Amino acid sequence: MKLALTEEQEMLRETARDFLADKCSKQFVKRMEESEVGYSREFWQDMAELGWIGLAFPGEYGGGDMSFLDLAVLLEEMGRACLPGPFFSTVVLGGISILDIGSEQQKQQYLPSLIRGEKIFTLALTEPGHDNYDASSVTVKAARDDGNYTISGTKLFVPDAHIADDLLCVARTKPKGGITIFLVDAKGPGIKYTVLKTMAGDKLCEVVFDQVPVPRANILGRLSQGWSTVQKIIERAAVGKCCELIGNIQRVFEMTVDYAKERKQFDRPIGSFQVIQHYCADMATDVDAARFSTYQAAWMLSEGLPCTKEVAVAKAWVGEASKRVFALAHQIHGAIGVTIEHDLHYYTRRAKAAELSFGDADFYREVLAKEMGF
Amino acid sequence: MDFSFTEEQNRFRKEVRGFLEEEIKRGYWEPTCDAWVQGFDPGFTERVAKRGWIGLTWPKEYGGQDRSHIDRLILTEEMLRYGAPAACHWFGDRQVGGAILSFGSEELKNEFLPRIVKGEAYFGLGMSEPGTGSDLASLQTRAVEDGDYYVINGQKTWTSCASFSEYFDVYVRTDPEAPRHRGISEFIVDAKSPGVSRIPMIDITGTEAWNDVFFDNVRVHKRYLVGEKNRGFYQVLHQLDYERSGMERLMGNYPLFDAIMQFAKENELSKDPVIRSKLAQLQIEFEVGRLLVYRVALVMEEGRAPNWESAMSKAYSTEFEKHVAGVAMEVLGPYGQLKVGSKYIRLRGMALHSYLGSKGYSLQAGTTEILKNILATRRLGLPSS
Repeated sequence: MKLALTEEQEMLRETARDFLADKCSKQFVKRMEESEVGYSREFWQDMAELGWIGLAFPGEYGGGDMSFLDLAVLLEEMGRACLPGPFFSTVVLGGISILDIGSEQQKQQYLPSLIRGEKIFTLALTEPGHDNYDASSVTVKAARDDGNYTISGTKLFVPDAHIADDLLCVARTKPKGGITIFLVDAKGPGIKYTVLKTMAGDKLCEVVFDQVPVPRANILGRLSQGWSTVQKIIERAAVGKCCELIGNIQRVFEMTVDYAKERKQFDRPIGSFQVIQHYCADMATDVDAARFSTYQAAWMLSEGLPCTKEVAVAKAWVGEASKRVFALAHQIHGAIGVTIEHDLHYYTRRAKAAELSFGDADFYREVLAKEMGF
Repeated sequence: MDFSFTEEQNRFRKEVRGFLEEEIKRGYWEPTCDAWVQGFDPGFTERVAKRGWIGLTWPKEYGGQDRSHIDRLILTEEMLRYGAPAACHWFGDRQVGGAILSFGSEELKNEFLPRIVKGEAYFGLGMSEPGTGSDLASLQTRAVEDGDYYVINGQKTWTSCASFSEYFDVYVRTDPEAPRHRGISEFIVDAKSPGVSRIPMIDITGTEAWNDVFFDNVRVHKRYLVGEKNRGFYQVLHQLDYERSGMERLMGNYPLFDAIMQFAKENELSKDPVIRSKLAQLQIEFEVGRLLVYRVALVMEEGRAPNWESAMSKAYSTEFEKHVAGVAMEVLGPYGQLKVGSKYIRLRGMALHSYLGSKGYSLQAGTTEILKNILATRRLGLPSS
């Protein structure tokens, strides 16, 4: 058992932190939040050139031959920097899913351009009225049409769909049990996007499919037997969100402790008051525990071990821990922390969004209860 | 990062489990909450010693096995999982032996370590006093030099395992003129020494959990001074880090944790969405706490004394244990209040015992508040209040 990063991971972390500190200022984040597209093409190319997009992909597709655990380190830094844009959608939701379940031909077709930063991917999973990540909530239909398929219906909260080149669309191919994942040309006819106005300024979209034709060759994985694959995608996404969240709360924890040391009231730093000290101690515990549980799940994913239980523990814990960390961070920062003059709000909004996506604590307590045989 | 155990470690865990299961099968004891501190069973300690499982991490020259701290954590984790009666040797193994190893003379090491390892020397702690709790440096028990001896007078309290202890690791004031942190020394005192007496204290569960220990002109030879004279306060801080470091802070009431999960399943209470959620939350908190405790063992494995790391794991873990007891009482409902021996008793009364006993979990070995002070100042560098 080892809880420290490897030397290589430390280097990756350092490089990422430096690069993001330089390129991903809060002004940049703000601009991206306010813009319709939500990312910068130039920045995207930089990340491709740094090898970040391809980091966890095999070299044969142009990737960096590193592991999901290494990617976890990078995602943590991205969370720390509040990085906007489609990295998560393209890599965690799109690319790694293709790597995991795609045919060799599909991998050859999609991965090299994705890794080069030429294509943006995302996952169209959830739908209006459903937020329980259950197979029964998939109503978007893929009807058989002369050997190929026609997709109709509405997906909601699809990240970065408006800029995506390809969508992984989870659709129903049989009334009962028949879930299939399709690779859909996002720019093709019959697809309409509406970018939602969100708390985090990230670009979540409504995607309406109106008789969208998809060739049979674009089935990703197995026809009508895709739900177990979708669950794996959800697990990976949940851990990916945990990674972003631990970067986020680690930074907020540091900002808060620094503030407690600097801010003076009654002629002394507020961090000398025991109540503030204990708040900070509680934050430290939550952050460390969040990190260990997240990396445990990431390590298991990386090793290809079954980890439904560990993923549930991580996402449930990190979600709750994040709520506690922010409650205390805001209390210690006082009024300045609820203004837009201070950076804290960037983290607060993103953490809440990450907490809600791919299953919150209630969701994973239920997952765990089932794992426990309840 | 690597969250796996080596094959050797897995084998060791299996070996420990096999041993403990065999013990239970033979009816030597049954799994009990708090058995690490309240389960006195010299036979068990002897059988554990025979396997070389006391002083596991100590150097071979003193009878130890030179094994890793992860191995020791695996061992103690399993003992706690099975609620094994390990109190006779727990304190000597966990901290007093380590203190002697870190600070004691060669003579002390040779006198005590091999005996602890053989399960032949049971230790109790003499730290707190009636007026001295969290503020340990205020202790008043005095030791006055008299030739080759020190003469000790005073009273210690909250001494766990005291009626079984053969020795006490006692902190006393040796220089009343010095600043209070710099006038304290550590001694090993034979419990049979003339002038040592004990009065049991009954805790809220009705158990003899501690003793008051009195020292009335107790003469202790100089060679039983541990480490340097007047450096005892610094030594005790070191020892407390170890006292807080283990899995017993998370798994002290594991038999109850295990039993309430089974009970909910068997009685289909786990179908209730509220109970499901509460029990799943306990499982989450347990898994997370376990990682915090393993981190502490890894710190020790690096050769560092755990400091804020064990403060963190202990503060977290005892809250978890209290949570386990609270949820168990809620799941049992009115049955939870029944005492051992009562008609309709559930889970052998473990929930009630643990619920009442758990009030002390976050007080012993550093209150949660003291531990948070340690975290705030030593890890975060916040200014002293």
